[in-house]
Amino acid sequence: MKKLKFAHYINQFYGQIGGEDKGDQPPVVHEKAVGPGSGLEKLFGEEGEIIATVICGDTYFAENPEKAAEEITDILKKYDFDCFIAGPAFNAGRYGMACGAICRAVQERLGAPAVASMYTENPGAEIYAKDIYVLETGKSAAAMKDALPAIAEFALKLARGVEIGFPEDEGYIPQGRRVNVFADKTGAVRGVDMLLSKLKGESFTTELPMPVFDRVTPAPAVKNLARAKIALVTSGGVVPRGNPDRIEAANATKYGKYSIEGIDDLVTDEYITVHGGYDPVYVLEDPDRVLPVDVMRLLEKEGVIGKLFEYFYSTVGNTTAVSSAKRFGEEIGRDLLANGVDGAILTST
Amino acid sequence: MQLEVGKVMVRDIRFADRTRMESGVLHIDKNELVKYLKEDASIKDVDIDIARPGESVRIIPVKDIIQPRIKVKGCGQVFPGFISDVDTVGEGVTHVLEGCAVVTCGKIVNFQEGIIDMSGPGAKYNSFSALNNVVLLIEPVSGLTKHAHEAAVRLAGLKASYYLGKAAQNVQPDEKETFTYNTLTEAARLYPDLPRVVYVYMIQSQGLMHDNYIYGLDAKGILPTLISPTEVIDGAIVSGNCAAPCHKNTTFHHLNNPVIMDLLRRHGRELCFAGVIITNESTMLSYKKRAAHFTQKLARLIEAEGVIVTEEGGGNPETDLMLNCKLLEKSDIKTVLITDEYAGRDGRSQGLADVTAEADAVITNGNGNELITLPPMERTIGVLESVEIITGGFSGSLHPDGSITVELASIMGSLCELGYERLTTRLK
Amino acid sequence: MVKAIEELGIPAVHVCTIVPISETVGANRILPAVAIPNPTGNPNLSQHDEFMLRKNLMIKALDSLKSIIEEQTVF
Repeated sequence: MKKLKFAHYINQFYGQIGGEDKGDQPPVVHEKAVGPGSGLEKLFGEEGEIIATVICGDTYFAENPEKAAEEITDILKKYDFDCFIAGPAFNAGRYGMACGAICRAVQERLGAPAVASMYTENPGAEIYAKDIYVLETGKSAAAMKDALPAIAEFALKLARGVEIGFPEDEGYIPQGRRVNVFADKTGAVRGVDMLLSKLKGESFTTELPMPVFDRVTPAPAVKNLARAKIALVTSGGVVPRGNPDRIEAANATKYGKYSIEGIDDLVTDEYITVHGGYDPVYVLEDPDRVLPVDVMRLLEKEGVIGKLFEYFYSTVGNTTAVSSAKRFGEEIGRDLLANGVDGAILTST
Repeated sequence: MQLEVGKVMVRDIRFADRTRMESGVLHIDKNELVKYLKEDASIKDVDIDIARPGESVRIIPVKDIIQPRIKVKGCGQVFPGFISDVDTVGEGVTHVLEGCAVVTCGKIVNFQEGIIDMSGPGAKYNSFSALNNVVLLIEPVSGLTKHAHEAAVRLAGLKASYYLGKAAQNVQPDEKETFTYNTLTEAARLYPDLPRVVYVYMIQSQGLMHDNYIYGLDAKGILPTLISPTEVIDGAIVSGNCAAPCHKNTTFHHLNNPVIMDLLRRHGRELCFAGVIITNESTMLSYKKRAAHFTQKLARLIEAEGVIVTEEGGGNPETDLMLNCKLLEKSDIKTVLITDEYAGRDGRSQGLADVTAEADAVITNGNGNELITLPPMERTIGVLESVEIITGGFSGSLHPDGSITVELASIMGSLCELGYERLTTRLK
Repeated sequence: MVKAIEELGIPAVHVCTIVPISETVGANRILPAVAIPNPTGNPNLSQHDEFMLRKNLMIKALDSLKSIIEEQTVF
């Protein structure tokens, strides 16, 4: 059997270049296994070899992910490999994000199968698990000796073109795809079985989990509105003309923070919407229809509120993942707290 | 109530001079059956065709599927309210033609009619491909309203099933099974230590030909009520439904309701089958709420400890499903829901229109949006072109070589939410 | 996002049209908006009337922020 060829991505630390201080390392390639790659190669044995290892600094990547991913796929284009492996990144956030982004780019631009590996709660996992295979590892590098065999086995499968089974059996994070399969028993019998288990208090696994929405305790009310600082937030995609932060029309991966200091009214053309999920005609005529700055400024002048916070936050709610929205909310919330904001009004379209 | 079901095995079907069962072969006098069905003035013409397991045959568009049967002892006759009067059925002895079904086909009534492939990859998506099917191709008189057309086809299917069932009347069954449904106090006395399980049977009742009948009564205006599982075996519930082919409960499904069958078989052993509550699926929120509250109360009155709820169809009936679940769980009754999903062609969409946190035990019978391409069959019974207008089909579904690309939604019973088949969905 | 902000102790009100979804997702202070494309506006009204509509809506929003609530409330 022909030896399968792998390409590997690791960061500056595992690439033995340096620590945080060498985070700005631009992508380089070595035509052999490096760092944890050597461990993988030993596990491949006669079946596979690593023909190229790309090393890049986490900071370099994080500062311009699109450009870095392109540079890296350009480097990889020259090599003929059966499967691409990134990580393991464990809980290193920027490293995990880089692994995910590069794997996705390899899949899309080079058409090669790819697998990343990191800890379940690495932000890269949540963001990229839908698009690429993300194998779960332990939290820290101490888990390396367990991670490598799992990665090797999975990568060999991918390289051979063997059909990948279910997450519980193969060890990757579910990609969110419901797939039809035939069970051993009919739905009716499975249903009666499940009910009997439930009645006995035995554990069972539902075949169709309900989406879960947690509850938060209501925050205490604003005590003195006339002295309160109130902020505006929107998921309606209202942004300054030109969309300087390039917020996406759907499935937003970011939000923007924009100054409205000295602005009494949002004026046509100065502000636009980038939200692709509703008819923008009305908000383009008057952006206050989604982000009511004019009225809030008046209420500030009338003394109804103490102050309108000088920034507003904006993102796009169109098919944006719940987890992304949660993240935006957390960051915005921390910013509001740091700026002594007493209350927030959030508008949605 | 006790019902003995005698199964007469059908291993082949042949047209002959006289309708009868002989050596496991169902002989059909085609002329006599056609004449019988044409007694209905709404029917202009009927042709009858036979489709056997393994044949390269595609049947399309299929409206309903019924299993021939006949009561040989006991009150009333099968399909009460249609074939016979409304006397209570479900006791005595009933003979069924096992391995055989009547399939109503012909000019399409409404776009929710489906496909049965007797061989090839499509055959594994329902159990009808393993049956000897008597296909009725029904041509209505011109100018008939859709509702009258549907009624005519529905009745023709039931009549044919009764007519063919008569062939089993004096035949010694190959297999017998006796089903017992105890009264409430009997059951409590006999099985005090077994968990009391109740089945909540949701029945489509949304009009626009999404209707079902109980002893001939349209299910639209009913309040939830009790019915014996054995009455269902005798045809107390009949489908008039034109809901999506994948998950409308055909009359065959009702007659062989797998939840009822399993509960009856486990009754007295693993559980105490305390009863069946039939309820409907209205299009109005206040009606949905009323039905859910009524179902909850009935379940409490018959002291259910656990309930299985099956849905019919999808979309707004999911609100009924979730209301039933929520209210039952609120009364400390444990629920299991049996349903299906429309999770999009990529399987990434939320598959149910409504959800509730209490629905923690759910069985799924598959994702109806999965796209599938089925090879051409040597013979089509019916109208192959209708594939482009049925649910799950689309413009371009029919390829020049006779192969078809459709969503699973087009295949009869592929996702039957009574849990008749073995298809399910898992997360990848 | 509203919930995340609220979890940090800052009262937040969700001005939206599809209230049932906000209820399911769990915002605590919910204020029904005018319409999906214009939650705080109404292009069918005169400029003055629209401004008054927006002002009244925002006053209601502020009222919700200063209301003491124990559980999810639609204002």
